[in-house]
Amino acid sequence: MSLAGQIVNLLAALLLLISFAMLSQRRILTLIHLFAWQGVALAASTLIVAYSTGQTHLYFSAALTVALKVVLIPWVLHRLIDRLNVRWDVETLINIPTTMLIGIALAIFAFALATPISQLANTITRSTLGIALASVLLAFLMMIVRRKAVPQVIGFLAMENGLFFAATSATYGMPLVVELGVALDVLVGTFIFGIFFFHIREQFDSLDIRHMETLKED
Amino acid sequence: MTSTSGIAFQLLQSLFVVLVAPLLMGWVNQCRAWLQNRIAPPLLLPYYTLAKLFHKDAVIARDASPLFRLTPYILFGCMWLAAGIVPVLATALPFAPAADIIALVGVFALARVFSALAAMDIGTSFGGLGARREMLIGFLAEPAMLMTMFTAAFISGSTQLTTIVHTLAHRDFAVHPSLAFAAVAFLMVLLAENARIPIDNPTTHLELTMVHEAMILEYSARHLALIEWAVAIKLFAYMTIGIALFLPWGIADAGDWAALPLAFAALGVKLVLAGAGLALLETLLAKLRLFLAPEFLSSAFLLAVLGMLIHFLVRG
Repeated sequence: MSLAGQIVNLLAALLLLISFAMLSQRRILTLIHLFAWQGVALAASTLIVAYSTGQTHLYFSAALTVALKVVLIPWVLHRLIDRLNVRWDVETLINIPTTMLIGIALAIFAFALATPISQLANTITRSTLGIALASVLLAFLMMIVRRKAVPQVIGFLAMENGLFFAATSATYGMPLVVELGVALDVLVGTFIFGIFFFHIREQFDSLDIRHMETLKED
Repeated sequence: MTSTSGIAFQLLQSLFVVLVAPLLMGWVNQCRAWLQNRIAPPLLLPYYTLAKLFHKDAVIARDASPLFRLTPYILFGCMWLAAGIVPVLATALPFAPAADIIALVGVFALARVFSALAAMDIGTSFGGLGARREMLIGFLAEPAMLMTMFTAAFISGSTQLTTIVHTLAHRDFAVHPSLAFAAVAFLMVLLAENARIPIDNPTTHLELTMVHEAMILEYSARHLALIEWAVAIKLFAYMTIGIALFLPWGIADAGDWAALPLAFAALGVKLVLAGAGLALLETLLAKLRLFLAPEFLSSAFLLAVLGMLIHFLVRG
């Protein structure tokens, strides 16, 4: 295997590791930092794929990743948690080891699922498809087990990271127009979520999503 | 490789490990003292302590059974055996086929079981408390340790530690994400198994936190000396396992006397760095609450399993 392929594999492993770290992280502030680091790993792997395959549009998407997911969105989230005054919030998560074991099961499932698919691809990074799928599923799991609104949104953004990585590893990335569109969607989504946070807090006096399960006031 | 020179290598290595292990302990203590702005104890202090303890008269509790007297010797023997299996200076040791990595983990488990039994034997509350905590940590650390070893075993296609090290030391340079994961997991297991800081504090006698110290509270004189020595050998063995698996370069082949000075030098440099690194880690980290230890060790297990899975996924 070429050195570029090995480094991409290492970065993919790092991406998966950060996904697990996010799953087990209690502090919102650290969660945002982890999200930013995931963006760094993603951008670095995109950059290496771009360099080793000569796909110029991947340079743009790497730059886009850094600008959006490493700088802008974490900054927006920082401001949001400052305004919402949840900067030092610690979420009480139930039983992290169990969540981790479910996470391992998901990772195995994703790996098994991706192996036959990745045989069809002929990219140098095809073996990382399983990791991309696993990080999508882990972000999904994170959205399910979290009760507060901000970590759920971070889970959503992490899922987008995983999808992006899947696109890069299976087909050397989507066309630039699609990527720009997705990036804009994510950005707009973050802003809309930010507005929603304030509305949720105004209505329920907390960001706990459980309050939204009872719709009727009785 | 002639068998006599192989056996000579084996004897040399076993003696070397037993004699040098307290020195490593002294080095770690010295580094930690420097990092904490204290005046460092002399490097040879563990030897002085051992000598002092061997000259004292042993005091044994009235209710102690023979198990209590026997345990220090078993502990020392187990650790020495483990140190004989691990390729410290050379691969292809004649003694190595006696036990593979699974047996090695078993040897550590045997030592743990006996120390826990001896701690409960006296019937003091501290002994029982320490033994139960030790078993809690042990049963969580063991699978993580095995998984770490398996990752390395999958890469080299054997569970013999010497074969693994031989394969890893002689391969071309390659980035193995799976080995990186295994290395981090192994570091976490090393901290937990050797009663180092995030899990246990080796210097405290505070009943709320102590694990290992609570178990050996009733021992004195030569028994205590043997246990302290065994602890030093255990730390040495774990560090050399880590070095052998993740930084194997410079190790000699058995019977290759010419490569021995280089192997000594490489091992010395690696151990000095590893000891300083351990001290730094212990200074930077805070001790975890006991009930957070399962979380810490399940993370280690997770990392080890991920490493193994990634090995299958990317074949590297």
